[in-house]
Amino acid sequence: MVLNHDLMTEGTDEVAHLAKHNIIVTTLEKIWNWGRARSFWPLSYGCNCCPIEMMASGGARFDIARFGYEVFRASPRQADLLIIAGPITLKMAPVVKRIYEQMPAPKWVLAMGNCATSGGPFRDGYSVLPGADSLFKVDVFVPGCPPRPEALFHGMLALKQKVEQGRY
Amino acid sequence: MNAVNSDAIIEKLRTIAGNKAEIVLDAFFTYIKVSPDDLLTLMQLLRDQLGMNYLANMTGVDQGEEFELVYHLYAIPDNQQKLVVKTRVSRDLAELPSISSIYPTADWQEREVWDLMGVSFSRHPNLVRVLLPEDFTGHPLRKDFKKEA
Repeated sequence: MVLNHDLMTEGTDEVAHLAKHNIIVTTLEKIWNWGRARSFWPLSYGCNCCPIEMMASGGARFDIARFGYEVFRASPRQADLLIIAGPITLKMAPVVKRIYEQMPAPKWVLAMGNCATSGGPFRDGYSVLPGADSLFKVDVFVPGCPPRPEALFHGMLALKQKVEQGRY
Repeated sequence: MNAVNSDAIIEKLRTIAGNKAEIVLDAFFTYIKVSPDDLLTLMQLLRDQLGMNYLANMTGVDQGEEFELVYHLYAIPDNQQKLVVKTRVSRDLAELPSISSIYPTADWQEREVWDLMGVSFSRHPNLVRVLLPEDFTGHPLRKDFKKEA
């Protein structure tokens, strides 16, 4: 552990002493974020083609387990990442909102595909929301129609960076 | 695909429908055009006497001054007949009798036509919106529907 001598204050000597004996001093939040960023438990929501790519991500060829994100949950109470992979209709909106509210904090939302990011081809329709961000805060947008599994991984790794730095 | 209805069936249809309905044939379907008042009687006869036991599809069409209701009837599985029944109601008084007592599949189809086209059906068991949320205003498949900003 290298300590910056310009920033030395009272107690720094003590920390340096601990570091010499292989003891790491940090904040709990950082440790937690380190763990959270490496094991998202996703909850999936989708209609037809984005979920197919999401399922492909879970399969052997693309293998989402390489990143530690493979624990897809069927219950919002066990998940911390909501993947919106489809359009949200006006009738479905209160249901999705409620699912989101049932997830324990801290929680993140990833909008996958054009429908979830902007409403896609249904944007000017009478029954579809123009993007998931009109319902709740979205952390990462993954455009594409549908995005490939690699794009989903890229989005999740962007979210990983965000969570590691505590920017959420 | 050719019309599967044989001449004998058409003849029988003429005796059933009588002079109240107009029968039109083309390469694909046999159409029966009927007024909304005679719809219920005709449907009952078609099911009981001609064996049209399945209402596969039901649609509303916005024709300007009038709404056209299209019913696709099939006889399954033995004789593979198909028929189309058409009726028209005026736009100002868009109401006609429900046929859900004769064909149970009409229940949700009529709800859909009510939801999107705004044609109401009398004596329907549960005429509420099926696709759109209950607080939605207007009927979006009408040609004069304007989306709220």
